Amino acid sequence: METKTGLLYSNDHEWVRVEGEKAYIGVTDYAQHALGEIVYVELPGIDDELNAGDVFGVIESVKAASDSYLPISGKVLEVNEALSDSPQLINEDPYGSWILSIEITDKDSLDSLMNEQEYIEFCSKEE
Amino acid sequence: MSDPKKTALYNAHLKYGGKVVNYSGWELPVQYEGLTAEHEAVRNFAGIFDVSHMGEVEIKGKQATDFINNLVTNDISIMSDNQVMYALMCYPTGGIVDDLLVYKYTDDDYMLVINAGNVDKDFQWMKDNVGNYDVELNHISDIVSEIALQGPKAEEILQELTDTKLSEIAFFHLKKDVKIAGRSCIVSRTGYTGEDGFEIYMKHEDAEYIWDKIFEAGKDKGLKPAGLGCRDTLRFEATLPLYGNELSPEITPLEAGFGMFVKLNKTNFIGKEVLDKQKAEGLKRKIVGFEMVGPGIPRHGYDVLSNGKNIGFVTTGYNSPTLKKNIGLAMVNIEYSELDTPIEIQIRKNTVGAKVISRKFYNKNYKK
Repeated sequence: METKTGLLYSNDHEWVRVEGEKAYIGVTDYAQHALGEIVYVELPGIDDELNAGDVFGVIESVKAASDSYLPISGKVLEVNEALSDSPQLINEDPYGSWILSIEITDKDSLDSLMNEQEYIEFCSKEE
Repeated sequence: MSDPKKTALYNAHLKYGGKVVNYSGWELPVQYEGLTAEHEAVRNFAGIFDVSHMGEVEIKGKQATDFINNLVTNDISIMSDNQVMYALMCYPTGGIVDDLLVYKYTDDDYMLVINAGNVDKDFQWMKDNVGNYDVELNHISDIVSEIALQGPKAEEILQELTDTKLSEIAFFHLKKDVKIAGRSCIVSRTGYTGEDGFEIYMKHEDAEYIWDKIFEAGKDKGLKPAGLGCRDTLRFEATLPLYGNELSPEITPLEAGFGMFVKLNKTNFIGKEVLDKQKAEGLKRKIVGFEMVGPGIPRHGYDVLSNGKNIGFVTTGYNSPTLKKNIGLAMVNIEYSELDTPIEIQIRKNTVGAKVISRKFYNKNYKK
């Protein structure tokens, strides 16, 4: 399992890259392995206002559809349209394939996320 | 629920990297390397599946033929020795108890192969319907392992392990006491993938040995161990029904679109009265194929709509690994069953366009 330095991680295996007031969000390498070959990604709407814990999208493998939960509260700024045509990009490059970006509405919610070391430890207990 | 059971191949699944899940009370691999790779291996080369979870019941006795013919929808009285026939068992309501394979050895000796999740229910149903028939029922699921070897290379691979000329086992026929790698098996040219292939029945103690031998014989020919994940996508593309999806106690075989396995010209069988009537009056609903027009993958249980009105439900849906399209089977009210009829699938919060297409998604490659 690969991780990337400088990202924050959630219990639901999402990563968050904070850039000032903005955050890019995707799923981790652990998650893409668990999901298997991804064949469809349902993206949220621009300007949707979501709370931490809300479903922001659905990632589907051949076998099943899995909800993705937003790790922090925010307003959707952009969605990665490239995933509509090429959902397998998440398998190929999970940390390069952001799913959406949000305007962070509650900076405190970042405190609940893990850093890389904490996330590696968290995953080692998930097995 | 009691703890899930392990098949005799459990250790083999771990050895070959299987991702084991609980399925119908059994610990079985959903995949090894990956669903799509395994699916493609079966379509193009071969795959081996552990299907030991399937149930087997022996029916013996002078009236075995009559007993089974009363129990199932197909006409087994026309079977020759060493033939296999697909059939369904119905309730008097016409709803489906299970679908099954009937293996005929001789007029007074049969084996029925039934679904894992229905084993207890089915065996009870068979016993409840013995009545005055002179038959003996033996539930042998606990002493039989089953391996399916499926795909265009199946015969070539299996032939390396046996002196029996496999080309002489015709489609939907069987042979008893075939020595596979020296171990005695029942081999039938049957399967659940839409490809040529074999289903092989053996004693538990021989299962892992035979599995390893088949793998060795096939690995350079593209054979892969294959899990339940691709078993479902393969059978779906070939429009082979799954109990719990296309078949259920609330669905009749005619509604499910498998009327060719219902022989209403038989004098009698359980459910005949209702099915006769349904045939005469015409169906009110039936299972059709459909293809998504808008984005999204249809899944089992999703609602089917027309102009916002509920008209049915998805029985199975996938992003088809072979066709690379989002397609499904759905039970719809009869007025929406014509080809090209626009329908809608409720995918979570979105109502997405789809249209009715032929159920023949994939042309089966059987060796007949």
